[in-house]
Amino acid sequence: MQWGNKKGLTRWLIMLAVFAMVATACSSDDDASGELTPVKLQLQWFTQAQFAGYFAAVDQGFYEDVGLDVTILEGGVDIVPATVLDSGAADFAISWVPRGLVPREEGLNITNIAQVFQRSATLQVSFVDSGINGVGDLAGRTVGNWGFGNEFELLAGLRSVGLDPDTDVSLVQQQFDMLALVSGDIDAAQAMIYNEYAQVLETVNPDTGELYQPSDLSIIDWNDVGTAMLQDAIWADADKLEDDAAYRETAVKFVEASLRGWAFCRDDFDKCADIVLAAGPTLGDSHQRWMLNEINNLIWPSPQGAGTMDAALWNQTVTIATSEGILKSAPTDGAFVSDIASEALANLTADGVDVIGNGWSPKTIELKAGGE
Amino acid sequence: MTARDEMAREIRRHERTEATRRTLRRIGVFVVFLVILALAYTGYKAFGQSLDDAQTDWPMIGRVLPRTDDLTMPPVSDIISEFTQPPQRNSDKPLAAFIAEAALFTMREAVLGFAFGVIFGLGIAVVLLRSKWIEQGVTPYLVASQTVPLVAIAPIVIIWGSTSLDWLPFEWTNWMSVSLIAAYLTFFPVAMNGIRGLRSADPAAMELMRSYAATRRQTLVKLQLPASVPYLFAAFKIAATAAIVGAIVGEISGGVRGGLGRLILDFASRYTTGPSRLYATVIGAALLGLIAIGLVTAAEYLVLSKRKEEPLAL
Repeated sequence: MQWGNKKGLTRWLIMLAVFAMVATACSSDDDASGELTPVKLQLQWFTQAQFAGYFAAVDQGFYEDVGLDVTILEGGVDIVPATVLDSGAADFAISWVPRGLVPREEGLNITNIAQVFQRSATLQVSFVDSGINGVGDLAGRTVGNWGFGNEFELLAGLRSVGLDPDTDVSLVQQQFDMLALVSGDIDAAQAMIYNEYAQVLETVNPDTGELYQPSDLSIIDWNDVGTAMLQDAIWADADKLEDDAAYRETAVKFVEASLRGWAFCRDDFDKCADIVLAAGPTLGDSHQRWMLNEINNLIWPSPQGAGTMDAALWNQTVTIATSEGILKSAPTDGAFVSDIASEALANLTADGVDVIGNGWSPKTIELKAGGE
Repeated sequence: MTARDEMAREIRRHERTEATRRTLRRIGVFVVFLVILALAYTGYKAFGQSLDDAQTDWPMIGRVLPRTDDLTMPPVSDIISEFTQPPQRNSDKPLAAFIAEAALFTMREAVLGFAFGVIFGLGIAVVLLRSKWIEQGVTPYLVASQTVPLVAIAPIVIIWGSTSLDWLPFEWTNWMSVSLIAAYLTFFPVAMNGIRGLRSADPAAMELMRSYAATRRQTLVKLQLPASVPYLFAAFKIAATAAIVGAIVGEISGGVRGGLGRLILDFASRYTTGPSRLYATVIGAALLGLIAIGLVTAAEYLVLSKRKEEPLAL
């Protein structure tokens, strides 16, 4: 018995130890946050210009100025921001309104403390030559959508012109890229104006050898149809807001510095785009600039001040959510609160920050092939 | 030094050069097949495009078989040159560098996950060895555990990792949670092959151990564990690739940044604007899997060839 002796066992243990050391060697996290309050923000998706304001607030020290040390947690395919928030793994979360309200109805006590995006960014995009100029033209067509709760503006839109989504159109699940539309598998594709719509414009049209042009595309904008639902908002833990005065104070500071970040991205567009590109080094340059421009359009102008809930759009969102069966009933009181945003806005206004943004005018962004 | 020693050393040297030659031949065959694969890909693409040019519609292509346009199947030359292109215009860092960094990150998760999985899997095997009764009771649960979709447990593990482990002496970060997800895939083959391997010890040798009044632990360490080594290495090869798959899926589903999973998802979500970026990244992931298998095979060679030199005394 030579092999199975202690030496053999030791060799195994050493091998395992080496494995473990290799695995842990590169992990050295030391943060001396000093007296700053640590805050974790859960995003709904990855780093991209959709969240530019928060990245800018970190980069420009706006959070630090109000005493916060903010860590941004990126989203994932199966990460539900509301769940992360409720579990305590994050202090605040960015989530679309319906995606916050559904878990809330299921018992998570979370609340919308700042409605950042004032408009919906969802479109239904088709090629001009398919002759789809309005919702009614979708009848009998193959219509792509992402499913998983992204389809309700489309379903409500179809019903608003008297079409039955189950029988009058052929709804198909669509990938998160635009290949199905470009290849002609579907007649109309779901797209965010700040992302997938731009992707089509970054793709070479094989017929012309040039990029597709906006004139090649026809869009249905749910804001115009009247079935838009509210999207990115800042959510907080409602129980903690109630019981923990320090958390509430942190929430006000967080919203204040975040909105300052968004105002920065409006006023110093190029610098803000660079911050996003530095935070996500595989992202395309022109694509992110396009996205930032469109995101600014979703926020500015905010007639009642950025982060303030537009009551009419809230009601519209809730009406669609309940009539489409996303929610069993209208959300109970406290689904959104306005006191935190208004305190934050008062502080910003006192500091001379323009929180309405009437002066914002969209830029012309030239998209490059591949979004580079 | 006797002539016999001399001869033994000669044989060993010969075996070593043989092994090197075998490895080189394997790599050569691999490269040849890679070229054949690339040619087949290009050939199919050219065939499809010639049909397009001739305006003939061969019903298989685009319906059953993949389309051949540059969006669906970017040319091989595009995929290769993509490695040297920077993915962001205002930086010179080529895609290959991003892929290499991401692969290192994923490898770290996979290595830790592999280690967790091996320890846990072997532990289970040793416990199951205790009695047939326990084995029959527990095995169905082990099998069932592998049918739970990874995407269901990934977010739970990530959230648990970031809320419940603050008592640890070091900071638990998300990539370590991904390692746990990878371990979930790796422990299973190790446990299954481990129990078979532990049982594979020569019955005569087991008898002998019993006649020596060896304790259970002595029998395990001196006889059963050594006997299980070939079985374990077979399991390690499965576990090594499973660890990488687990790490990539865990990253995608748990939203952990820095690894191949994120890079794949990132490029997949903007596929239309740069299909060859995704192809290049997936090739990078496949290479990482090969490297993992290669490492296990090398370890196997080291351990088992050592064993040949030290013949069992039995």
